[in-house]
Amino acid sequence: MTDSKTTSRTAPMIRLDNLHKTFGSKTVLNGMNLDIPQGSSLVIIGGSGSGKSVTLKCILGLLAPDEGDIFINGESTLAVFAATRERTNRNIGMLFQGAALFDSLTVWENISFGLMQGEGMNRDDARDIALEKLVAVGMERKDADRWPSELSGGMQKRVGLARAIASNPAIMFFDEPTTGLDPVMGDVINDLIVNCVRELGATALTITHDMASARKISDRIAMLYQGKIIWTGETQDIDHCDNAHVDQFIHGKIDGPIKMNLRVA
Amino acid sequence: MNPLRPIGAAFLGFLAATGQLSMFTSTAIWHCVRPPFFFRLLARQMIDIGYYSLPVVGMTTLFAGMALALQTYSGFSRLSAEAESAIAKVVLLGITRELGPVLAGLMVAGRIGAAMAAELGTMRVTEQIDALTTLSTNPYKYLVVPRIIAGLTMLPVLVFVGDIVGVFGGYIVSVYKLGFNPGLYIKASWDILQAIDVISGLVKASAFGFIVTLMGCYHGYHSKGGAQGVGAATTNAVVSASILILITNYIITELFFST
Ligand SMILES: Nc1ncnc2c1ncn2[C@@H]1O[C@H](COP(=O)(O)OP(=O)(O)O)[C@@H](O)[C@H]1O
Ligand SMILES: [Mg+2]
Repeated sequence: MTDSKTTSRTAPMIRLDNLHKTFGSKTVLNGMNLDIPQGSSLVIIGGSGSGKSVTLKCILGLLAPDEGDIFINGESTLAVFAATRERTNRNIGMLFQGAALFDSLTVWENISFGLMQGEGMNRDDARDIALEKLVAVGMERKDADRWPSELSGGMQKRVGLARAIASNPAIMFFDEPTTGLDPVMGDVINDLIVNCVRELGATALTITHDMASARKISDRIAMLYQGKIIWTGETQDIDHCDNAHVDQFIHGKIDGPIKMNLRVA
Repeated sequence: MNPLRPIGAAFLGFLAATGQLSMFTSTAIWHCVRPPFFFRLLARQMIDIGYYSLPVVGMTTLFAGMALALQTYSGFSRLSAEAESAIAKVVLLGITRELGPVLAGLMVAGRIGAAMAAELGTMRVTEQIDALTTLSTNPYKYLVVPRIIAGLTMLPVLVFVGDIVGVFGGYIVSVYKLGFNPGLYIKASWDILQAIDVISGLVKASAFGFIVTLMGCYHGYHSKGGAQGVGAATTNAVVSASILILITNYIITELFFST
């Protein structure tokens, strides 16, 4: 443990090195570089379809980049054995855009899924942890035995968050945590994310196009545009940065260097 | 535009799909023989395939056996004095060797293969399969292996029951409609019965169980594009399984019975 602490000051927790990813003839990532220091919370902003989710899936090992390398804790995660990959994933908690709860399992079984299936914990202990996490995300213990389909979108997101933090991961990913929620519920989720990340001392990577959420969650912000990170800096600096793309994006202007491919039917 | 272009593109697409299916099949088989296993999930799939498909398979083989007896009577009685043994023979061989496994396979393709493709397809497009991976659970082990093993093992059970019901259907028609002597009919059936007839049918059943569950899982696992994609996956699972069942049926018949 002490080893990783001393190296972490020099090496970032997550490093993306020259990532390329193409689907058919469509280039999504085109030489993406990004460092995420340990214990920091970084938000990647970018338009819809700019490749934010693809980036996350590459880091998680769900997609393989065509070129480039990904380092977690200083070690490359590409071209490793499945068992090594699984061990890495055990340290990662992920909140999916649509929560991605298993609809054949109850709320508490969802939350403790990784503990029971992945780590072989017995059901009683797993249920205790599930209840604890359920309370941590502001839900009630009696919700534990409900089914995901009975919950509202905001509650599903909370359960998804509880599932992501169940194994106390060192790294957390959030894919558009506030998309599809009303502003109040979105802010509740933002607060929960900030609290959970702080309590775990985790390194967090969030992708979103919701600027209010980005400002609240992040220490640093990076902007993804045309497959590259075109700007990165401290959150408070984003309002007076001199990058025209960033300026256009955060203020939602129509005029600017970002051209939408709007086809008139 | 070059007229060969679409042909080339279709051919490349075919090769890509074949490669993807081969990869899927070999990965699935690899995980079938390596622990850990999810026995609870396996039990649930076995009940779903083996128990809840019984009524459907029973009904189809029952009426197939009945129709077979009637049809054979109208065809053979004019030629043969020994209609009883001819009908018993046709019903027994027809059901155990061909109709039992094929009908059960097709019914299960419609019932189970479609449901598997829809379930896994929905899990794919709602990112539940990705979520499994991030929770350190291999989706092949958790989703695919229990289904394939349940198909391999439960289809023979279904077909064995279907064989009995189908032969019984032939008996009902022969005795109650055609007025044959029940004792003679049963004796004729028993004299003809050989283990190889039933065994070849059960081997077919196991192969069909593999095909149905593999196609259901494969099309579901690789579905994309929302509700429409899941619908397409379901259709493709049933159609491809049905075609493969009929092709495999011929091949196994050839292996067992062509001398
Ligand atoms: N599995 C895939 N196959 C083909 N194209 C994909 C796949 N996943 C993503 N894409 C494409 O990559 C682009 C970026 O997608 P995504 O990363 O989901 O965008 P977003 O930034 O909105 O999260 C989109 O144009 C999408 O169509
Ligand atoms: Mg996305």
